[in-house]
Amino acid sequence: MEFGPHLMLALIEGAVMSAVLALMASGLALVFGVMRVVNVAHGEFYMLGAVVAWFVATQVGGGPAVAFVAALVIAPLAVGGFAALIDMTILSRIGYDPERTIVATIGLLYILQQGTLMAFGPDARPVQAPFDARIDLPWVERVDGAWALYWPWGLHVTAYKLFVIAAAVAILTALWLAMRRSRAGLMMRATQWDAETAQAFGVNTGRVQAGVFGLGCGLAALAGVLIVPIQQAHYLMGGEALLSSFIVVIIGGLGSLGGTLVAAIVIGMADGILSVFFSPIVARIVATLAVAMVLVFRPAGLFGTRRA
Amino acid sequence: MRWGLHLGVVAGLLSLNWVLGAYAQGNVARIMVLATYAMGYNVAFGYTGLLSLGHAMFFAAGMYGLGIPMYHFGLPAEAAFVVALGCGAGLGLGVALLALRTIGVGFMIVTLMFAQATYLCILYFAGWTRGDEGFVLPQAARTLFGLPLSDPDIRYLAAWALFSVTLCLTLWLATRPFGRVLVAIRENEDRAALLGYRTWARKVAAVTLSATISAAAGAGYALLFGNTGSTFATVQYSILPLLWVLLGGAGTVIGPLIGTAFMFYLIDWASDVTTAYMALAGAVLVALTLFAPGGIAGWIRSRLWRGLP
Repeated sequence: MEFGPHLMLALIEGAVMSAVLALMASGLALVFGVMRVVNVAHGEFYMLGAVVAWFVATQVGGGPAVAFVAALVIAPLAVGGFAALIDMTILSRIGYDPERTIVATIGLLYILQQGTLMAFGPDARPVQAPFDARIDLPWVERVDGAWALYWPWGLHVTAYKLFVIAAAVAILTALWLAMRRSRAGLMMRATQWDAETAQAFGVNTGRVQAGVFGLGCGLAALAGVLIVPIQQAHYLMGGEALLSSFIVVIIGGLGSLGGTLVAAIVIGMADGILSVFFSPIVARIVATLAVAMVLVFRPAGLFGTRRA
Repeated sequence: MRWGLHLGVVAGLLSLNWVLGAYAQGNVARIMVLATYAMGYNVAFGYTGLLSLGHAMFFAAGMYGLGIPMYHFGLPAEAAFVVALGCGAGLGLGVALLALRTIGVGFMIVTLMFAQATYLCILYFAGWTRGDEGFVLPQAARTLFGLPLSDPDIRYLAAWALFSVTLCLTLWLATRPFGRVLVAIRENEDRAALLGYRTWARKVAAVTLSATISAAAGAGYALLFGNTGSTFATVQYSILPLLWVLLGGAGTVIGPLIGTAFMFYLIDWASDVTTAYMALAGAVLVALTLFAPGGIAGWIRSRLWRGLP
């Protein structure tokens, strides 16, 4: 394939990466923004989303489309509910102390990951995409002095990947509207701004925090469900996803949702393009070091504004 | 009294050499080396209150700082050990100067990222490090002052020497003004600064020292047990010392040994039952944060002996 079509393929891969990353990272950013804690186990909720999706899809009959829709509804709700329960039993009891929360969520990471290994085994499990249409993409070339369209071999995208991008856009728009317009969103923003004052105004901050933690982890699970027809469910898939979403959240300015989105698009695209043209390991070394340097020299992130 | 207890532990571990059977002797040697790593971590985390998630890079710096000169250039073990300490101290100083510009969660993520970059570099330079598999140091080269380290007794005594020197060093440090200032920084950095201490310089010194001790443990591990590998640079090896120190008691001299030994045998037992033994480590971490943030030695300090250093 020539450079042009190759680049286009890389861009599409990058857009799918960005979409999934944006969902996951906005969950992490939401939790950090409202509760000021870092959830190190965030990647494991993504993994749980994928694994539960596989489980639901194997239990529900009626063709891949029905099974997938069932998984898309059930997995995030189940994982989100489970996360809210964890928040109430563990995190609220240590008072959301930043460092102790990190230690506790590291513990959770291993419990969830290894628990999945025990229950689910070390094999990767596939989930069939709800539809497997393939769309061939055209490219332009110059024939006899005029531009003409042609369809290069190998340049195509599955309809499912386009669906992932559309779904992520829809979900994030809904999240943004809910944060801005709904009563629950108002309560979350109030808790983020000043938990004590919010409580004085009758907001049940304990319940808000459990809800935010559940919502954040549910978003990660949703990302897991969306990725599983492309990538298969595996008990170790959370680790790399966690690092990428850390990177996105940091570059985006800790806790700011808008910055997180921009960063997800930048990082996802850069990752898609770099991994097509360069050795992935060098790209990852450069990306990790760059992120560390951003945190060292611009602690508020590239797009964030420093707030007290 | 303080020195009595700790020298008693050191003497007890020395006498175990002639008591234990071959299998237990190997295990305790390994525990002592890993406890050295935990003591190094404790200097930064327990005493200075800096939660690092990247100490595996210092352990790996020691491991490869010793292994590569020995394996590729045929350097004798004694000289290679010095090189390893230099690698650990240099990396520690560099990381400290950069990472200490951040605090709290930022420090944790920056150290995690640096450690991840180190791990990826070890994989990338597979020509030197042999990546995942690592390399095995030839038995003939593993001698210290003419004594073969493949001999179980000598290996045990070398591990004991490394452990004892580190234990005495941290005990001495904890009772000196320098150690007291580190604790003051942990408890309240602003007040320590207000009292006129240059907290930044002391934090840099603490991280560098912590990295050097961790590198000594990594070098010791490679030298005594003969193998290296990129697994020792993974996040898991940054989290294990955190677990050992928390379990034994952060900010106590004896805690890292208690935590390492306890966890070693717990995981040893659990890995007979299941391959998912790290779940147990996770459960211990959660239980510690919920019910016993002080760890075992912390409990002793609060209930039995307030002066435990």
